[in-house]
Amino acid sequence: MSLLRQAADWTRHHAALPLLAALLVVAGLVINFLGSPLLVNIFTFFCVSLMMVIGVQVFMGNSGILSFLHVGFVGVGAYVSGLLSTAPATKALGVPNLYPFLVDIQIPVLPAIAVGGLVAALIAVIIGYPLMRLSDAVAVITLFATLIVFHVIMTQWDNVTNGPRTFFGVPEYTTLIVALVAAVGFLLVGYWFRESSVGLRLRASRDDRYAAAATGIHVMGVRYAGFVLSALMGGLAGGLWAHYITSFSPKAFYLTEMFLLISMIVIGGTGSISGAVIGTTLVTVAREGLRQVEAFINNARVLPFEVYGLTELVLAVLLVLVLVWRPAGVIGGQEIGVRLLRNRRALPQEDVPTD
Amino acid sequence: MIDLEFVINTLSLGSLYALLALGLVLVYGILKLVNFAYGEYLTIAGYAIFLSATALSFPWWATMLVAVIAAMSVSFLTEFAAFRPVRSKSMDAMLVTSFAVSIFLQNLVLIVISPRAKAVPFPAFFSDTVTVGGATVPVRNLLVIGTTLVVLTVLSIVMKKTVLGMAMRAAAGKFETTRLMGVPANTVIAAAFIISGFLAGTAGIFWVGRSASVDPITGSAPLLIAFIATVIGGMHSPVGAVVGGYVYGLLFNVLSITLPASMISYRDAFMFAIVVLFLLFRPEGIVRHGYIEERVG
Repeated sequence: MSLLRQAADWTRHHAALPLLAALLVVAGLVINFLGSPLLVNIFTFFCVSLMMVIGVQVFMGNSGILSFLHVGFVGVGAYVSGLLSTAPATKALGVPNLYPFLVDIQIPVLPAIAVGGLVAALIAVIIGYPLMRLSDAVAVITLFATLIVFHVIMTQWDNVTNGPRTFFGVPEYTTLIVALVAAVGFLLVGYWFRESSVGLRLRASRDDRYAAAATGIHVMGVRYAGFVLSALMGGLAGGLWAHYITSFSPKAFYLTEMFLLISMIVIGGTGSISGAVIGTTLVTVAREGLRQVEAFINNARVLPFEVYGLTELVLAVLLVLVLVWRPAGVIGGQEIGVRLLRNRRALPQEDVPTD
Repeated sequence: MIDLEFVINTLSLGSLYALLALGLVLVYGILKLVNFAYGEYLTIAGYAIFLSATALSFPWWATMLVAVIAAMSVSFLTEFAAFRPVRSKSMDAMLVTSFAVSIFLQNLVLIVISPRAKAVPFPAFFSDTVTVGGATVPVRNLLVIGTTLVVLTVLSIVMKKTVLGMAMRAAAGKFETTRLMGVPANTVIAAAFIISGFLAGTAGIFWVGRSASVDPITGSAPLLIAFIATVIGGMHSPVGAVVGGYVYGLLFNVLSITLPASMISYRDAFMFAIVVLFLLFRPEGIVRHGYIEERVG
């Protein structure tokens, strides 16, 4: 088989990846060229959200365990990267009780983000060991409880996070291009993991835990690998987010944000990277639209009282409607393009298996 | 450390937690659904007391009745409107639906009532203290122990002696077979949600009674407690939930006494660490039960 033929064959099976990456890059470049500040902001935020969602997908989509914890890793990455890269004078002002050795440290942004990701991964290594033994509802509950523990620590650890107050002065670094490059990178990693040997074994354990174990798959081991990779990606995404938003409080890593991430992944479909991209796009568009409506209602005084939380309210209803309509998400767990290209090859009655 | 006051306080806290956990497990047993909206039923109970006492100026016993009925109705309505359509779909779909319902209810009270905490009136005797055998305890703590005893007794009679109770227990074991015996699925599931709402409403009165105020996120703390208690006790039986509730209450009180003052704000983190360590050795919880994963189709 010639190299060209191999490449063509690969593309046929993995059409989704170049397609999604190309769409993302084109959209990013067009918006960057237009330069409208609102669009640039929305797109940058979209890229960072996409990174978080792909992080969720790596663990949740492949292992089948619904994880509410992910946003906690995002928080770890944000705080670590923020603490390491912010100027000592700003830190001394913003976090009065900060441990002295942390005040003096200042390293460039990129290594700081990397350290943030590694710290998140390290935490996952420690807590994943007991957690990955659990399955089903118990796993979901325990991961949810772990998120609350993360939140308690973030709001109480005055010497590091400034408690529930805002942590500010993080240097700005994440521009549209940075976010775009990082998001495409995450797309590659997420796709690679899904198709890798570990990813395949993890997906097998998702579909039938006992059958997978019976064929010699170390279910806990592959879950553990997915969990740590997912945490690493969460931490990195958190770092980039911190250097985009520049000031944040522990509230940013809690239920409202987790709900957004979960709606993105579930609306798109947990089983595939394409699902993550589609879900993130749909929810970002819906949320920005609803925000405009909410702001309009509040500014024009359409109602006698101010409405807060309308965005979440409508998103919740939309989420349930999508689940009733398409419980496996809009795209239903496949990568886009596969069915399209197979049909063109006119294979009779070959059903593309949904995974 | 072990004096009568400690025992009574632990029993009352454990009773409250047992009620919370039981309401969660009743639905989980039948539908295999971890109901994230469960905490909001308590919030609704709190707001029901607030509204009926301030806007309608009901007497205290009527406000509590209203609270329980409100929690039961909301529980049933969420089942009818949100869970029934996705019931036959995937496990994730149902979990996420319950999460969405929780967010929906939180934001609904936020918009309709207020984002700020509201003071909830309770009768004066609720927070009075009495002396029992040398120990000074609030009346509220004794009331919750008594209420829990009554509720648990009545509930176990209902579950063991009535047709509905037997159908529910059978459905928790093997739902498909139960349906083949002619038990209507919708009735059994609706009943489970209504009883779950009843328990949430009852627990909600005492939960809100402790701080005498209610806000849109009142429900998140009891939800977590119910979660952890059921995980400790065992997800697969009501007995496990009750045991888990009391164990959790004991753990909470012991930690409150033994932790140094500077660490007290991390209490939840410590509790959780203990639970995770415990799960390492016994992932199925204290009360073992046949491991069932069948869901309603």
